[in-house]
Amino acid sequence: MNWITSNLDRIVDLTISHAWLTLAPTVLGLVLALPLGWWAHRWGRGYAAIVGSAGLLYTIPSLALFIILPVILGTKILDPLNIVVALTLYSLALLVRVVADGLSSVPHDTVAAAEAMGYRGWQRLLLVELPVAVPVIAAGLRVAVVSNVSIVTMAALLGIPQLGSLFTQGFQLRLFTPLVVGVVMCVVLAVVFDGVILLCNKLLTPWRQRTVTS
Amino acid sequence: MNIFGWFTDPSHWTGSDGIPTQIGYHLLYSGVALLVALAIAVPLGIVIGYTGRGEALVAGSANALRALPSLGLLVLLFLLISPVVTGNLVYVLPTIVVLVLLAVPPILTGTYAGIQNADPDAVGAARAMGYTQRQILVRVQLPCALPLLISGVRSSTLQIISTATIAAYLGLQGLGRFILDGRAQADFAQMAGGAIVVAVLALLLEFSFAWLGRIVVSPGLRRTAAKSSSPVTSALNPSGETA
Repeated sequence: MNWITSNLDRIVDLTISHAWLTLAPTVLGLVLALPLGWWAHRWGRGYAAIVGSAGLLYTIPSLALFIILPVILGTKILDPLNIVVALTLYSLALLVRVVADGLSSVPHDTVAAAEAMGYRGWQRLLLVELPVAVPVIAAGLRVAVVSNVSIVTMAALLGIPQLGSLFTQGFQLRLFTPLVVGVVMCVVLAVVFDGVILLCNKLLTPWRQRTVTS
Repeated sequence: MNIFGWFTDPSHWTGSDGIPTQIGYHLLYSGVALLVALAIAVPLGIVIGYTGRGEALVAGSANALRALPSLGLLVLLFLLISPVVTGNLVYVLPTIVVLVLLAVPPILTGTYAGIQNADPDAVGAARAMGYTQRQILVRVQLPCALPLLISGVRSSTLQIISTATIAAYLGLQGLGRFILDGRAQADFAQMAGGAIVVAVLALLLEFSFAWLGRIVVSPGLRRTAAKSSSPVTSALNPSGETA
């Protein structure tokens, strides 16, 4: 307990940088996955190519990617940008397939009804198809953000400060408290982000509540 | 930073700390963890898939496990057992436990989802032909479950290979040695070399699993297997996991 009170500032700082290192790539990944996923959904042959290469990207171990990226980007090994880029790639790889499958899961009748009501092209995509695909995309986003929370901690092995730094510190000092604090804060972050996505999903799809309650 | 030079230096390819030896250690830890995970997850998955019990519990805890950082878990286990366990086991045991924890959920999910998704018509046909429950399980449901089971084992294997790099943090061997020693000695070529070897190893295993899936799965199932990736299962069980 003494350790916590005397290190409170540091714990808060590490949690804030951890939250940024998790959130920024998840949001960037989603922003990039939307157009790419739409493209994969629209263009049949593109689906296999895009989803296949996304799967390959996902197989590259995170620690390896954190080290290989500086060679490609010309950044320093300690630059948090490497973590952001690596996790953006992972989130993109996971979400591009989710977005494509989500758009494909929109019932044909819904699309036809929208067409009949005069929705065309972009309008139909943004006002009808995308909103209907939200629950599927939200499910993928939950997986992405929760995995990102734990992947970020690997950067502690390179010395980039975030909650994982508490693990290396706990190991060096043979101390339980920083370890437990680190693990608990990771789980708290994951639960909070997960809850935010669930809430957004609920707010963005009000029609689903109506059909459930009636 | 001369990565090419690091790879072409013959002294890095021989001896007890050479690339082949470390690949061997890496595969050894990974193989042991995968076998333990299979021994736990496949029988449990069969029971859950067969009885339909405990599914919600498994799905929930699989998601919670994803949030647990493997590095934190590794050090925590190490500190917990270090007063009681002695010798090399104090480093090996936490490593294997963490790898098994990561590997169980995808195999478990793959097994029970595979059994539950087995074509009901095929199960009904087998029953009509007089198959007993056990024969249906072994001859119909399990072969039908193979595509999803293999995809689960693939996810687990890749996650194990990726995470086994942290074994080096406790002082064990494996490909993480190059990364951590390189970091400690400010030798970027060694770090990048180790990173490239792990990445190539993961990619090779990914391709082997794609090939294995093609030869092991019954030809009659291939078409349905390609179609069976519904959006929801792909969202909950993404193509691969990294830690």
